[in-house]
Amino acid sequence: MSAVVAEHDHHEEHHDHGPAKGLVRWLITTNHKDIGTLYLLFALAMFFVGGLMALVIRAELFEPGMQFVNPTFFNSMTTMHALVMVFGAVMPAFVGLANWQIPLMIGAPDMALPRLNNMSFWMLVAGVVLLASTLFMEGGAPACGWTFYPPLVLRDCGHALPFAVFSVHMLGISSIMGAINIIATILNMRAPKMTLMKMPLFVWTWLITAFLLIAIMPVFAGAVTMLLTDKFFATSFFDAAGGGDPVLYQHIFWFFGHPEVYVMILPTFGVASTIIPVFARKPLFGYSSMVYATASIAFLSFIVWAHHMFTVGMPMAGELYFMYATMLIAIPTGVKVFNWTATMWKGAMTFEAPMLFSICFVVLFTIGGLTGLMMAVAPTDFQYHDTYFIVAHFHYTLVPASIFILMAAGYFWLPKWTGNMYDERLARFHFWMSAISVNILFFPQHFLGLAGMPRRIPDYAVQFADWNMVSSIGAFIFGFSQLIFLYIVIKTIKGGTGEKVTDEVWEDASKHSLEWTLPSPTPYHTWSTPPTEVPSEHF
Amino acid sequence: MTENREQKNIRLLKILVLVGVVMFGFGYALVPLYDVLCDITGINGKTNAEAVKEELYQVDNSREIRVEFLTTVNELTPLLFSVQTNSMKVHPGQYYTVNFYAENKTDKPLVVRAIDSVSPGLTKDFFKKTVCFCFSQQTFKPHERKTMPVRFVVTPDLPKQFKTITLSYTFFDNTEQSVKK
Repeated sequence: MSAVVAEHDHHEEHHDHGPAKGLVRWLITTNHKDIGTLYLLFALAMFFVGGLMALVIRAELFEPGMQFVNPTFFNSMTTMHALVMVFGAVMPAFVGLANWQIPLMIGAPDMALPRLNNMSFWMLVAGVVLLASTLFMEGGAPACGWTFYPPLVLRDCGHALPFAVFSVHMLGISSIMGAINIIATILNMRAPKMTLMKMPLFVWTWLITAFLLIAIMPVFAGAVTMLLTDKFFATSFFDAAGGGDPVLYQHIFWFFGHPEVYVMILPTFGVASTIIPVFARKPLFGYSSMVYATASIAFLSFIVWAHHMFTVGMPMAGELYFMYATMLIAIPTGVKVFNWTATMWKGAMTFEAPMLFSICFVVLFTIGGLTGLMMAVAPTDFQYHDTYFIVAHFHYTLVPASIFILMAAGYFWLPKWTGNMYDERLARFHFWMSAISVNILFFPQHFLGLAGMPRRIPDYAVQFADWNMVSSIGAFIFGFSQLIFLYIVIKTIKGGTGEKVTDEVWEDASKHSLEWTLPSPTPYHTWSTPPTEVPSEHF
Repeated sequence: MTENREQKNIRLLKILVLVGVVMFGFGYALVPLYDVLCDITGINGKTNAEAVKEELYQVDNSREIRVEFLTTVNELTPLLFSVQTNSMKVHPGQYYTVNFYAENKTDKPLVVRAIDSVSPGLTKDFFKKTVCFCFSQQTFKPHERKTMPVRFVVTPDLPKQFKTITLSYTFFDNTEQSVKK
């Protein structure tokens, strides 16, 4: 641990020095901005890998019958698409944002535990590489769904299971280390006047998310370890023949799995609460209610898990409890949607790309939330369970919500990070292409699900043909539209429109948060001396 | 960056790592918790896993309970499995014996285990078995056919609202597992 101390002394002495030269810089860096960049670039790469897998799925489903891939590979694609997007794209992207933004926003010189930070990034890469390696193995990648339900997973996952399990262990350790670092940074490294209730909401949502991560990732690691010992060491946690119970796995998995979906959505809420006030030119409406709503959602996430498994045969009391508890989540979430809307109310709004994506998020996330509420109703869930309706639901809460907000965050902070302005016209074009195609892609899936099309199937009855074709067309438009984003990002890093941005970038942004009082582009070392004044949420 | 802040960071790191380790243990603690919860609520409908002593009850001739029998084989188990009758009427307190039949379809030895459950789950405490093939693993020689009696009683304190009890057995192939052990 003395190494960490020495590292800081080093910073103190030479804080004018830039980064190390060459590629080694990225391997050994402990600078929060470098690590944030690594996370974000890795997530962007994985977003395209996972997206490619989604296009394989949608190409196969373009019309009935088997076209391009065999059923096992199709199942591998659905499994890997989910794992890559959740653990390789969305989660690392938000950790990347946290690395970049949290120290800037709270006036800290770096993350609290910089070496741990470096290690958690490289463990993430190792975990994802381990998982991806199964694609090239005999027997192929895991094809049993990202939830790894036994008994299927114990029988059909083949050689891929131990790889998937150890990959989950590494991803879990990486997330936990990242979360510990974020908590330590937020609790110990704030500028003197930055009290908890003055922190930007992005920081608040990440603090709560980090606690969720520490609580759930070990449980998931435990669940997959039980699968491993059931398969190779003759234990019978989930094996009915040995006195175990496969349903037990679902309980443990969803004890992890439900908070996990909030790990992906709470930082989304945080970024939206950061962007909307800037472009509405008003303080965030109901700041403290936002904090409490986030905490309530996090708490509720631990007591609703069995709504993912209404059909396993629970007693009536269980169904009722999980139904009402789940519906309760709509209240704090409703508070949030209300507050975002109220923030925009009578604001002097402008519609730059980050704001467009954020408004679209509020609208489309509400649709995703509403279908969630429909499925919370236990008796009707028996119809929706394991159909495309659930696919449509969680994609509405992840794509036009988490992914759109990540795009918004990119457009919002990239000028600050690079000092260059992105191409606004092209960014708006990217927005409209994405916003329209995402609805063409996912909205018809509601109809398919209600009509009874099951999820995770490579072929389907002809009655589902039309909407599947529409959905696939939307998927290809959406997928290729994201290349515009890639182009804009690269162009901005390389110099953008040539227009140099001000320190504030966005009009009056410095009233909202500390990072806009720093120079653009952000220097390699910031807040070596903490800021003396912090912006008030109630200017 | 004061030394003091470093110490605080390291202390927090230790506490949070400990939380992580505890939560890993919690994942495992869910296994017995789940069993306890199922036992209390009767969700699984698991009846007695070991033989109970045959004690005498006051037979309640005023009530007739329909007991149904289900025989299932898990998909990969090469076993023929049937029961002498699909259902029978019983009086609470009276002992009955019903025969189950199973035959090994292969020319290899087979080790199987039957898992039983009753439905509705809440009747599990009122359904007792004194003889059952489900109390232990069953070993079948190649193509062996066995008759396996089950002796059971529905206790007279069965709540009035239950009129039908379904007893279900599922056979699982355990040959590989028992070889491993």
